[in-house]
Amino acid sequence: MTVYLPGSLVEALELRARHPTATPIAGGTDLGVHWPQRMAGDPGDWLDLSGVSELRTHTWTDDALVLGAGTTYWDVIRNPKIAEALPLLVRAARLVGAVQIQARGTWGGNVVNASPAADGVPVLMSYDAVLELRSRDGSSLVPLSEFYLGYKQMRLEPGELVTGIHIPLRTYDFEWFEKVGSRSAQAITKVGVAVTRRAAEWRVVANSVAPTVCRCPSVESLLAEERPVSGPSDLAPALAADVSPIDDIRSTARYRAEVLARILYWGLRDECPNFT
Amino acid sequence: MIGPGIEITLTLNGESIRARVAQGDRLLDFLRYGRGLTGTKEGCGEGECGACTVLLDGVPVNSCLIPAWQARGRSVETVESVPEDELAALLESGATQCGACTPGVVMTAWWVRRNRDLVDAHALRELMAGNLCRCTGYDGIIEGLEAWLESAGADAGESEGGA
Repeated sequence: MTVYLPGSLVEALELRARHPTATPIAGGTDLGVHWPQRMAGDPGDWLDLSGVSELRTHTWTDDALVLGAGTTYWDVIRNPKIAEALPLLVRAARLVGAVQIQARGTWGGNVVNASPAADGVPVLMSYDAVLELRSRDGSSLVPLSEFYLGYKQMRLEPGELVTGIHIPLRTYDFEWFEKVGSRSAQAITKVGVAVTRRAAEWRVVANSVAPTVCRCPSVESLLAEERPVSGPSDLAPALAADVSPIDDIRSTARYRAEVLARILYWGLRDECPNFT
Repeated sequence: MIGPGIEITLTLNGESIRARVAQGDRLLDFLRYGRGLTGTKEGCGEGECGACTVLLDGVPVNSCLIPAWQARGRSVETVESVPEDELAALLESGATQCGACTPGVVMTAWWVRRNRDLVDAHALRELMAGNLCRCTGYDGIIEGLEAWLESAGADAGESEGGA
């Protein structure tokens, strides 16, 4: 087991290129779970990003917030300017774990851990976030909504790191995130959904109901076309086309499908004249 | 120990130290077995219960989730660093039952105590939500913490917990 401890981004990218099988680790809120058991098996090599201070900065451009991948949930919670510009980031961050997790978990880590239950990802996707991927040899941008290819599968080449998250600054008519878990804190999501609207342009992004966090294009069209909806069950056909929930330790497929329809219906009813 | 270990420097309870940590050690292991600071407890070992809470650069974290080498260059504070007289309000309110969660509760509470503006933006129960009490003594804990926050002492803004 070798642990690489870069002190700068240049050094981190060089190490990433030379040791592509070393696991990048930042806050460790996912990778640190049952750490002794992980160490007892084949622990592999590690690339520690926690000492790369460039990753923990954020910058405002004219039309975007660029979050360094190492920005923590707590960094966002304590930033009033972010709360004003992109309130769903703060809302989601406050629903992740509790302070002990919020102070360590990073936005980039939430993206690349690629959990279907990730709470940071739906809100980022509902804001049309774009990922900045960097390697020793260059950088590229990939829309977050195109980043996941399947369960834990990502458009990320060996040698690349997610270094930043570009979030467009826009005026929204409606922004909303709801999470259903066993309690408000320290709970992994059973069903979650983030929704944004600008005029007739909707983004509906669900978590914990498919192999990846995913946009719901059928529901988005239904909303954009203002088709009549008189109860949660009227959303079910569109949802069935968009998501594929399963039974697991935290919930059941049936519960997830029903609750997703209900929270969407009750969450959007005041916003949509076609909801009766 | 896996591998030869890694030499790190850190500030532990206010003292600058140099130490060798095993690659596979968590911050929790380093504190308890490397430094004998057994006030920090292991509960669930998966970042859920908060019994192992310490302050890292002034903010509560679960020491069971942190490889010890990630503490390099950081400041770590454990329950041993909390002045005893500061705990009187918690004792008086019966904010402890079996005691398993108490060191973690104290560390999160100590952070709130030193960053009192936190309670302007957050409910106390939200700030304390990462510390589970299997005795379910939450009312006593919150009551004791409220009394503690109202009492004099502790410098507000001493740490960087709100940053």
